[in-house]
Amino acid sequence: MVNTPPVESLTPQPVMQPHSEPVGADAPVVHPVKAEVRNLSFYYGSFKAVKNVSLPFYEKAVTALIGPSGCGKTTLLRCFNRMHDLYPGNRYEGEIVLYPSRINIVGPAASPIEMRMRVSMVFQKPNPFPKSIFENVAYGLRLRGVGGRSELEARVEQALRGAALWEEVKDRLRDGAYGLSGGQQQRLCIARALAVEPEIVLFDEPTSALDPIATGKIEELIDDLRQRVTILIVTHNMQQASRVSDYTAFMYLGEMIEYDRTAKIFTNPSKSLTEQYISGRFG
Amino acid sequence: MRPIDHTIRRGQLQDLIFRVLGVSLLLLCLGTLGVLIFNLAHDGLSRLDLKFFSSFASRHADEAGIKAAWVGTALIMLVTALTAIPLGLAAGIYLEEYARKNWFTGLIEINIANLAGVPSIIYGLMALGLLVYKLNFGRSILSGGVTLAFLILPIVIVATREALRSIPQSMREAAYALGATRWQVIRHHLLPYSAGGISTGVIIALGRAIGETAPLITIGALTYIAFLPPAPFSMMDSGHRAGAFSWLMTDFTVLPIQMFNWVSMPGEDFQANAAAAGLVLMLATLGINAVAIGVRYRMRRRIKW
Repeated sequence: MVNTPPVESLTPQPVMQPHSEPVGADAPVVHPVKAEVRNLSFYYGSFKAVKNVSLPFYEKAVTALIGPSGCGKTTLLRCFNRMHDLYPGNRYEGEIVLYPSRINIVGPAASPIEMRMRVSMVFQKPNPFPKSIFENVAYGLRLRGVGGRSELEARVEQALRGAALWEEVKDRLRDGAYGLSGGQQQRLCIARALAVEPEIVLFDEPTSALDPIATGKIEELIDDLRQRVTILIVTHNMQQASRVSDYTAFMYLGEMIEYDRTAKIFTNPSKSLTEQYISGRFG
Repeated sequence: MRPIDHTIRRGQLQDLIFRVLGVSLLLLCLGTLGVLIFNLAHDGLSRLDLKFFSSFASRHADEAGIKAAWVGTALIMLVTALTAIPLGLAAGIYLEEYARKNWFTGLIEINIANLAGVPSIIYGLMALGLLVYKLNFGRSILSGGVTLAFLILPIVIVATREALRSIPQSMREAAYALGATRWQVIRHHLLPYSAGGISTGVIIALGRAIGETAPLITIGALTYIAFLPPAPFSMMDSGHRAGAFSWLMTDFTVLPIQMFNWVSMPGEDFQANAAAAGLVLMLATLGINAVAIGVRYRMRRRIKW
């Protein structure tokens, strides 16, 4: 680890300057940095899918990764919980520093299992286990050794409430998760990800398999969650990015083209490529 | 007539031809099986009574029974299952979930596929050399059971792999993303979700093993036997007390061998015995397959993606 800036100071210095103006009195909220990507490259075998990307992720804020298909945004997201380690031939270069522990998520010293315990993920398609609703939410807790009946029940309820699903399922916790609708299944997966009290939650196009009403509910939920946890969201839907995120990074062909406050990106981007993309001229 | 009518008519005719062809071929297969069972029942049903199950083989056809044979078959199947299931499961899980895909695992894969097609008598020859002589298991239930386990091992491995492969990758990722280790993913998710497919494969493999004759004759299974393997800790004729596993090391015969023996005897009466034994074997196999279908049905209903 080289010259890590002290995170306690409220103006962390990410490698790229994210703000068009310095964070000051006019900034609505000042977020400390939760994670910082530094010169990260990622290879699938010999193919370089993420090219020397650097950007910060602020605590208790929503950062959206946007860009056309194949731009490396999902690849970048999946670096955060070391999902790439499941498949042979993948390689990381650079760092993702997680604060305050300052551990390099993609470094050799970090255990993939530990990183997945600290960074939860919600996938593109709802993927509940073919078990009961209760067991789905409790599973992550069981993996962490939470065994007591009453504690499990309390934390499952808390997670389901947090995912705005409790009222709909409280009378059928023992029923199979596949009896739920697609949108409910996705909120169940969010509850499963929240139950373990992660430091970061990764959302990989969480609404792309859902109808507009279910999508709306998930977006509301993400809006609520930003009070409690750091969120990274990959999305194809630019309206979604502008609605739910505080910061937005635009990626293209594995490179990070522009990173800024979401309002700035969508109203006055500084790069012409970004402007072309958000105005729908390609992608 | 418009040309489009012609095209539609032709399509419908092809449809009809295929349907008729399919149904007649299906009936042909089922009919053959039906005739076979009917024939066995016609010849052997009169011999099927409790005494047939509780008598040893005999020179007198009407006193002969299948006691040694069905006990032998049951014990052999027990040994086969206890050997083939853990080995096959472990190999299948390893190949599917742990092994890296490289030329070596590719080679193993091709070999397993080939092993499934090796004639069973070759397994018998291998078992004769390896189990009976080299490992000194003798012509015992242990040798017989392990021989059949070798025989069905490829089927169990392939069934395990297929069942694991049918689980969507998203299930694995969901579990890994929560911090599960490889073994926890297998233990908590993959095995429960694939249990239906695996047990179907295992049961069908056992159904194949139950009818095998050649490899058991090769390792020297007896055709005439008038005693049962000693029950654990029972008193034997020699005055010694049997050990817990003495039965493993006893000589044995099995249903198909008993049947073969009777078929080769002169006289109508023994043919009736053979038919009766064949009927028992057939019903056992059908029963095993019915269990497989039942298991698959139950598991399918419980788990859907």
